Formats: sequence, C-alpha cells, structure tokens
Amino acid sequence: MKAPAKRKPRKSERVMRDGPDLTGGELEARLEATWSRPKGVIGWLASVDHKEIGRRYIITALAFLAMAGLLALHMRLQLMLPDNDVMTPAEFNEAFTMHGTTMMFLFAVPVMQGVQIYLTPIMVGTRAMAFPRLTAFSYYMYLFGGLFLWAAHYLHFGPDNGWFNYVTLSGPQYGVGKKSDAWAQTITFTEVAALAVAVTLVATILKQRAPGMTLARMPIFVWATLVTSLMVIFSMPAIALVSGLLLSDRLVGTQFFNPAEHGDPLLYQHLFWFFGHPEVYIIFLPATGFVSEIVATFSRRTIFGYPIVVLSLVGTGILAFGLWVHHMFATGLPRVGYSFYTAASMSVSIPTGLQIFCWIATIWEGRPRLQVPMLYVIGFIITFVIGGLSGVMIAAVPLDLQVHDTYFIVAHFHYVLIGGAVFPLLGAITYWFPKSTGRMMSEAWGKIGFWIIFLGFQLAFFPMHIAGLMGMPRRVYTYPAGMGLELPNMLSTIGSFVVGFAVALFVANMVLSFWRGLPAGPDPWDAPSLEWATSSPPAWYNFAHIPAVESRTPLWDSKDDFPVVQGLRVDDRELLMTTVISASPDIREPSATPSIWPFVSAVAVAVSFIGSIFSPWALVVGMIPVAIALTAWFWPKLPGPYAEPQIT
Amino acid sequence: MMRRGLCAGVVSAPCLAGCTGIQTTLGGAGADDTSFIRLFATFLVVCLIMYVLVVGGLAAALANRKVLTVESGAHHESSPWLRSALIGWTVLVAIGLTGLTVASFFVDRSAAARAKHPQFHVKVIANQWWWDVIYMTPDVSQIVHTANELHLPVGVEAEVQLQSNDVIHSFWVPNLAGKQDLIPGRTTDIQLLPTKVGLYRGQCAEFCGIQHANMALVVTVESKVDFLRWLAQQRRPAFAPATPLELAGYRYVTSRECSSCHNIAGTPASGQIGPDLTHLASRRTIAAGTMPMSPGNLYGWVADPQSQKPGNKMPTIGLASNDLHAVVAYLERLK
Repeated sequence: MKAPAKRKPRKSERVMRDGPDLTGGELEARLEATWSRPKGVIGWLASVDHKEIGRRYIITALAFLAMAGLLALHMRLQLMLPDNDVMTPAEFNEAFTMHGTTMMFLFAVPVMQGVQIYLTPIMVGTRAMAFPRLTAFSYYMYLFGGLFLWAAHYLHFGPDNGWFNYVTLSGPQYGVGKKSDAWAQTITFTEVAALAVAVTLVATILKQRAPGMTLARMPIFVWATLVTSLMVIFSMPAIALVSGLLLSDRLVGTQFFNPAEHGDPLLYQHLFWFFGHPEVYIIFLPATGFVSEIVATFSRRTIFGYPIVVLSLVGTGILAFGLWVHHMFATGLPRVGYSFYTAASMSVSIPTGLQIFCWIATIWEGRPRLQVPMLYVIGFIITFVIGGLSGVMIAAVPLDLQVHDTYFIVAHFHYVLIGGAVFPLLGAITYWFPKSTGRMMSEAWGKIGFWIIFLGFQLAFFPMHIAGLMGMPRRVYTYPAGMGLELPNMLSTIGSFVVGFAVALFVANMVLSFWRGLPAGPDPWDAPSLEWATSSPPAWYNFAHIPAVESRTPLWDSKDDFPVVQGLRVDDRELLMTTVISASPDIREPSATPSIWPFVSAVAVAVSFIGSIFSPWALVVGMIPVAIALTAWFWPKLPGPYAEPQIT
Repeated sequence: MMRRGLCAGVVSAPCLAGCTGIQTTLGGAGADDTSFIRLFATFLVVCLIMYVLVVGGLAAALANRKVLTVESGAHHESSPWLRSALIGWTVLVAIGLTGLTVASFFVDRSAAARAKHPQFHVKVIANQWWWDVIYMTPDVSQIVHTANELHLPVGVEAEVQLQSNDVIHSFWVPNLAGKQDLIPGRTTDIQLLPTKVGLYRGQCAEFCGIQHANMALVVTVESKVDFLRWLAQQRRPAFAPATPLELAGYRYVTSRECSSCHNIAGTPASGQIGPDLTHLASRRTIAAGTMPMSPGNLYGWVADPQSQKPGNKMPTIGLASNDLHAVVAYLERLK
C-alpha cells in the first residue's frame, strides 16, 4: 500500500492514526465510527463484521441441529418397537437422509467454521477477516442452501437416498423426481460457503497475526483452524466434482455413473469418500482445538508438548486423505490393496493418541478447575476414546466386513462426532459465551446439563454397538421381532430423548444467560490468549491498539502492561499485515467496508443454482444477474481526498 | 404396528423372523464368521487395555492436585519422567496398532487362501427388493432357479457370484461371513464355508431404496444328502393343478397379469421380471422375508402387496374374491 503521495497533505487533511496523540476515549469513538456498520435491515444484511457473521453461523447451525435432532427423535420412535408404523418407509428414508445431510453439511462443518470466523481475528489480534465480504457471502450461501434443502423437504421433494446419495440409486434411472437434485445442489451451496470461509481463514491466519505471534506462538485452536481450512480447500473440490457429475448425469444426459454406458458407480464412491473421510477430521480437529484451549486455561498451565500437539494436527490432516477406501471394503476392490488402507486407518490413531496424552499430561501438571467447559473435556475424552477404539476395530478388513453398514457403525461415528466434536463444542460455547455476550452461562445448570447429556448419550448410543453385532443393518425403517433387537433399540430410544432434553436445557441456559447471566469482565476464566485482552463483547474494531505478542500465553505473561503497536489509520478501515512465519510487521492494507452486494450476489447465485435443477439453462441465464452483482461488489473504490502518504 | 401380523393366527412352524441368533455376527456358523469372532475378541482385549490406560491416566491426572509453587499460568518445564512417559506411550500405541494390523492381515490372507478352490457356484442377482438365486450347471435344463432362499451343503466351500440388476445392494449373511456389495455392471463374489447345519437369515446391507428393510434371504445349511434332495426337488417342473379351484387359479396365473412378470417352469407363465414361482410354496417366506409363508399370509400378499410391503414393484391388482381364492389355491400347490 505504498501509494505515491501526489502532494504534501495539509495539516487539516492529514490521516488520523492511533498513537500517543490519539488514545483512550477519543480513539475508541473514532474507531467505532469507522468500523461500525449502518443500522437497519440493509445495514444488517450488509455487515462484514466477523463477530456478527460468526454468530449468525453458530445460531443458524444450532437451528439446523435442532431440526435434524427432532428428525432423529422421530426415527427413534419408529425404531423403539419391532414392526412399528409410526413412520412410513418413505418418511423414514427421507428422515435419515435429511438427518445425515443436515448434521454433516448444515450443522457440524458450519458451526465449526462459525466459531472459527468469530474467534480467529480476535485470537490472532486483528480487526477483521482477510476477505470480509467473501465471509458475508459465504454465510448467505450457507443459509440459502440450508433453507433450500428444508424447503424441498416440506414441499415433498426432500432427498431420500442417504447423506451419501450413492448412484445408481440416485441416478436418472432410479432416482426419480427432483429429490437427488435437491441433495446435489444443497451440497453445491455448502461447498461454496465452506471453501470461501476456508480461503478467508487461511489468509487471515497467515497474514494478519499480531506482530510477534510467530507460527510457534499461535494458539492451538488457530493451528487447528489453519489445518482444517487447508483440508477443506483440498477435499471439497472432490465433492464439488461428484455432485456436479451427478447433476450432469441427471440433467443433461451424461453417463459418468451409468454402467450400461461404461460409466462407473464406484467412481462416485471414490470421489465421495475422498471428500467424506477428511470431512470427519474437518469436524473433529477444530474440536481438538477447543479442547487444547480449555485444558490449558482450566489447568492453569501451558499446554504440555505444544510442538507435539501441532504436529499431531498437521499429521492427522495429511493422513486423513489416505483412508477413504476403508469406507469401501465391501465393494470388491482388490483385497491386498485393502491392507494399505487398514494400516493407514490404524496409523491415524497415533497422532490422536499423542494429543490425548498431551491433554492428560497438562491436567496432571496443572491445577484443574472442574468448571463446565472442563467437564465437557473430561466427557469428551471418556466418550471419544471409545469411538476411536471402535474405529481401530473397523479399520481391520475382516471386522469391517461384518459390522460395515450396521448399527455398530452408527454407534461408532456418533461416539466420534458427538463425543468427539459436539461435547467439545458445548464446552467451547460455555467457555467463549462470556466473550461474545458479556455474560456468563449458568454454572449450576451447565453442570446438571452436562451430566444429563453425558449419561443420556451413553444410554442412547452404546446399545447400538450390540444391535449392530446382533445383525441390525443401518437405514432400515423396521426390524422383525424375535431377533433380540428389542432391548437395545428400546434403550437407544429412551437415551435419545434424554439427549434431546439435555440439548434443550443447554439452549435454554444460553438464552436465559444472554439476558440474566452474571456480567463477565474481559477475562472471566483467567485465560492466556489474546481474545481475552479485549472487552466482552469486543468492540467493532476488536482492539483499540493492535497487541504485540512476546509469548504463547501473552495474557499470563504481561497482563497489565500489554505491549501494543500503533499507527493504523482510524479514519478508514486499515489492517496490519505481518509476515507469514515470524509475524513481523509487513504492510498496511485497507479492509473492505460493509456492502449489500455480497448478499445480492448470494441471492443471484442461489436463484441460478436452484433453477438449474429444473433446467440447465438456468445456469447460463443466471450468470447475468450474478455478473451484475459481482461487478457492483468489486467496483473499484475511488481514492479518497486524503491520498495515502508514503511511509518514510 | 401389526400390519405384518395381519394373519398372525396362522403363523406356522417355520422359524423365520422369530429366532434369536439366526442373524448375528456372533453366531459362528461359517468359517469367516468364526475367524471374525476370534479376531474381534483379540481387538476387544487390546482396546479395553488401552481404554483403561487412558481413563486411568485421566483420573490420576485429575486426582493429582499438587500445589504449584508459581501462581497461574506458569511456563514451567515439564518433568522429565512425563517426557519419557510420552515416548513410552507412543511406542505402546505403535506396537498395539502394528500387532492388530498384522493380525488382521493374516486373518484376511488365510480367508483368501482358503477360498481359492470353491466346490460349487451359485449366482445371486439382486433386484429391488428381492434376491434371484440360480444354481448353475453346464446342462441348462438342470439349472435351478429360486428366489429369496439359498440352500448350502455344510462343510462345502461355495462361491456365490453376485450381480445387480438395478442399484447397489450388499449380500450379508452374518452367521456365515461378512458382506459383499452387488454393483450394477460388475460381477463380484463371496466365498462361503458353512460349518454348522441350521437356518440363518441374511439381509441386504446397502441402502437400496424404499424397501431396503424388507430384503431378506433365508439360508438353509443342511447335510449334503438333504441338499441334493432339495436340489432334485427344485429341478422338477411345477406341479399341475389337481382340483377345479387350482385349475381356475392356474388359468388366471398363466394367462393374466401374473405371468407377465413371473416364471413357473413347465407352464406358459414365463415372465422374467419378478421372482420365479415354480416352487413358491416350498419357501419359508413371502416377499423376501417380509412375512412367513402361510396360506393366510399368501392371501394377504396376493390381495394387496402394496399394503404389506409399501413401494414394492408388485402392483395391487384388485382380484375378485373368487379369483383370489383360486390363485392362492394354485400357488399353495407349487410345493
């Protein structure tokens, strides 16, 4: 940003910067004016503030969690008794498809990305995301994709072929109607959103860290965010390809997956799982980031083995791309080749095992405080390790061939995804709630809620291991009496309602605490990382002065006289860019202002995506409004009256 | 809720969906399932040990409430023994995983080696939502065609060739062995070595559409003598109608809607879309395990297949009651 100064600015039009002359209340007022957004509906839609967008992501994802959870309860009622007829087969099949698709694409990934959008800038000490308008655009794409899927469900063309939507069942011949198209375009929406967020997060983390926050001083959660965002960038194109090929088979008569025309149904599975397996780690690794932050804070000790935890994250992220065939052991690929995937699947438990050791060692050497976030961490370790070990079991081909596509697998991945990701998420929400709202969640209700959900979860999902071993396949709308499946299914149904109650309790605690919670200071937990250095909730501009970082735990090391950097413009949105590895100050960069055009662009793209399931020409015609909206979005900004002076 | 029990009063002796242990991975009635049970037990023991170590470590760490000399958030060096413990833990995990991987590899290899020399072949073709079963012989007149039931001689290695006519299904008889998908456009296979005489239930294990839940297969493992007797009985063409009612049924079945989909060997009914009916009444279930074979259930099925198994491909024709009596009487004759 070294624009040449055309003339020497007069004193009255000199740019304003924070610094010794401008600090305290006057600085905050000016920053507030620069970084806040217009009020009203248009202003709300135009917001590019990462805190607002992150919060919207989280609340929307929790709403989808509730809807998919209610479907799960409905299915559990159907399965409570053998030969039950609470649901018709068609309703059941649509229910488990909607449940899986919603949980994976509309809850788990977006909620993690929402937390990442909220936390990353304040954890690395910057004022905004790298591409704030792209972040806003991603939220609208995600929201429209989710609304589209659920509208399809209520208009009776909701997908019903499972969250994996295998061909040839979903292909043009057997997948009649628009159900598969609705699935495939929902995926397109969410993958566009996830890719946009991932790119933004990587750029923010690599270029906008506070001066002095070298890679080796980054909070573990930021490392987890970096790794998962890179995983999104490498894995999402595979699902983009597969949903695109499927749509093309269905809409314009290509034959990619039609065996009668030398297409290959297994090609679909390879592409799907090349995305699908990393997806699990895209959900799980941010959760391990939560755990590392919570464990350190509540043990009052820096994380044990920081380099090991970081390398474990990176190692898991790489290994995750070499495991996809373990979802395909029953497809009849060459059997010796399976052994490679067995070994690879086993080996991914080594980095996870190392992380677990480091957390336990941190607790061992620290002084653990058993507050709600820490309880969730303990519940996470106890629960997740069961899922990890059953994962070791199904990595073995002879074991997987028996339990593949049975309730054993249903048990396994709910232990991994609820135990491994939702428990840490609930801990994380409790932990960062005061930062976001300025109020504490109720500790007493939090503890009661933890015990209910922890025990209810075990009751709901442990019996599923048994049901699977006793021969109950997945995705069956009913099962015959007399095969010994009655008891495990009854227990699972009871447990699932306990879990549903506990989730409702958690949400009630959030809502009530938002209004009546105890006021929280900037740092209620005595935590070490930068987000606790700013007010709760943070101001629009996050930090009045950009902090300077001298250690991994800046707040523990210099709580009162916090070093800062000065000299950023306060009359215009400006960010400090730092170098990738050592985070030395590099350049100053303007940051985008609120704009309605990301919203308009998202509407235009949504119209063309949804139209395309009815006619491929919708994509062609739809390009016109998309082009207009994007042109307005990227319209160059004329230089202001105060040209940027040269730094001398 | 009692839709399937419409004719519960006439549920007859065949133990179909009424026996614990006919569809379980822990039954051990086939060579592959027996090695599954052994390998599963090995994994279970190793995993339990690891689990106890992790949870025990966590409990010890929480109980270890020593007083720190420094106030919160100290950058203290970790104790050397913890670093050694980390190395020990890594080595332990690696050894455990390597051992399990090797064990899994050898079980897999030995199953593959055993399966190299099957003694006879059966072809199973999956359809939405039933199993077409064909006993192949070089002499085409001797080919046996049946549906939704598989008979296997005990102690004989059988190779089941698997194909699909529509979507992906998965062949799974848990008491005998693991799964194998049936993929349109490909032929896959699974080797079965049954070791115990008995009646087992298999079920499609890959979601295949609206009636995935009702796509079962009855597997009868019997002595070689019984098996050959069964095979010989299946080779016979269908019995001719013996009473006037059966004759009326025969005329209806062979000249009206039924014959456009179903085949009955030795009659003009030669449809190739639905299950072969030549020896329908000798089977244990109706509609791929949807209900036990009995006169009452047969009435229910022929009268209204769409309420018994919603979405299946057999339409409800709306037979007049005298036609219904006749058709069921004739089908009962097809032993």
